[in-house]
Amino acid sequence: MFSNRNKNDKDGPAGPDYARAEIKSELRLFGEPFRRVRRWPGAIGGRFVELVGYVGGAFILLGQTIFWLFVPPLKKKSVLEQMDKIGVKSLPIVLLTSLFTGMVLALQSAYQMQRMSAEMYIASLVSLSMVRELGPVLTALVIAGRVGASITAELGTMKVTEQIDALEALASNPVKYLVVPRFLALFIMLPLLTVYADIIGIIGGYIIGVFKLGIAPNMYWRMTYDPLVFKDVFTGLIKSVAFGIVIAIVACFQGMNTEGGAEGVGRSTTLAVVVSFIMIIATDCFFTALFYFAFRV
Amino acid sequence: MIEIINLSKSFEDHLVLDNLNLNIEKGETMVIIGRSGCGKSVLLKHIIGIMKPSSGQVIIDGVDITKMDQKELNDFRMKFGMLFQGAALFDSLSVGENVGFALYEHTKLSRMQIEKRVKECLGHVGLAGIEHLKPAELSGGMRKRVGLARAIAVNPEIIMYDEPTTGVDPIMGDAVNELIIDLHDKLKVTSIAVTHDMVSAYKIASRIAMLYEGKVIEIGTPQEIKNTKNAIVRQFVTGAATGPITDKKTA
Repeated sequence: MFSNRNKNDKDGPAGPDYARAEIKSELRLFGEPFRRVRRWPGAIGGRFVELVGYVGGAFILLGQTIFWLFVPPLKKKSVLEQMDKIGVKSLPIVLLTSLFTGMVLALQSAYQMQRMSAEMYIASLVSLSMVRELGPVLTALVIAGRVGASITAELGTMKVTEQIDALEALASNPVKYLVVPRFLALFIMLPLLTVYADIIGIIGGYIIGVFKLGIAPNMYWRMTYDPLVFKDVFTGLIKSVAFGIVIAIVACFQGMNTEGGAEGVGRSTTLAVVVSFIMIIATDCFFTALFYFAFRV
Repeated sequence: MIEIINLSKSFEDHLVLDNLNLNIEKGETMVIIGRSGCGKSVLLKHIIGIMKPSSGQVIIDGVDITKMDQKELNDFRMKFGMLFQGAALFDSLSVGENVGFALYEHTKLSRMQIEKRVKECLGHVGLAGIEHLKPAELSGGMRKRVGLARAIAVNPEIIMYDEPTTGVDPIMGDAVNELIIDLHDKLKVTSIAVTHDMVSAYKIASRIAMLYEGKVIEIGTPQEIKNTKNAIVRQFVTGAATGPITDKKTA
């Protein structure tokens, strides 16, 4: 209250100016909750504008990437290096994840299926789930965590140490030099990794189905491939290509817009992984609705 | 040769450059001084086209670079060499690949010719024989010199230095000053340096310009700047803790 006192007050604590100042500050305190609520629309609106800016920027990067993809020369060495880093080196973790996923699927469904003497359908459940959904989505999530974070951290560090500016100063385009190889590598490797994931997931289900639940091996294989149609495999692979694009663009966009030193790189990396995860699930939802509700073939 | 006309740049609501005007003659060494964070690096980045202004023009050899497209800008950048504050060497490449980067990417020279040129440039900066090392294995001073070698590899007409003596010991700092003068004399380049190291500025400059609150408030030869009557410039060049610059902030 004392801070509201005007330095030019001629009267002391009992005078009219002082009383006026006191009343003003009491009213200010009283109005605080109303002011806070009034700020909400602005805050929400501000966030929304940020979101639109972010999405717009990511799409602009996608457009630039596709443009520079078709401008020669293509740095094959760079692309191959990235494919090795992204695809080949991620294979162990993808295989492990899908093996256990297949096994868990079989184990979880076993209880229900055994009660109805329908164990052989476990094979179909595992194969359809892996090929349509879990193969593409889980692989994408694993790669988003492993590769997406690594790309964001690398590009983010380059940004805060002015290496991106240096690239431009040396007459190179950062999108062509940095983003295109990573984009291509993810575009190609994610479907390939998904195929491996599908196969190993089915093998995981086989291990449980045949060795624990006593399903006959040839019965298991028959029930694995009988219900599978081309559409299942095809939609799974289309999804994985889309996920690859999402991971590449989000990771590169976030990396190249990092600010604030080491802390900024950490923040960017976390955000890239979180946004990738959300976008992968949302894209999955979109494609599932598209393929299985819009096109009921 | 380089004309900066009414250049303004804001970041969000923070105005960094405010209708800045500056002319840089061909063949001179222009040193831009100012407090940390006053926009010196931002100005440099506008000259090479890495940043686009909020308003204003940057005219180099008669061409307005703010209106150039990507391809024209890239061709135009081959005339420039830039030494960044932390050298900004590419971590994933070796020293040799860093120095020869622009040559590998944008010229049709053979590998042997590029390696020869790289050797020459590293020799110029006193670091012969380290082509195979990675930037992480170098000291700060060595990194700066490799950054300089990279900047001169394309035989630029204009070299820009962003705080060349910051972060290095006084002896290395003077070695960098000598290098800048040497390059200027030998290669007949136009040099633009940004610094707050007055010793370096007096030594290398043909003219010094002071940046303050987004504008150039004083420009002259080192002698003129040393004897300036402008109180703000006086406080900066004499390194006084109190004066019009700091008094204004606390008012």
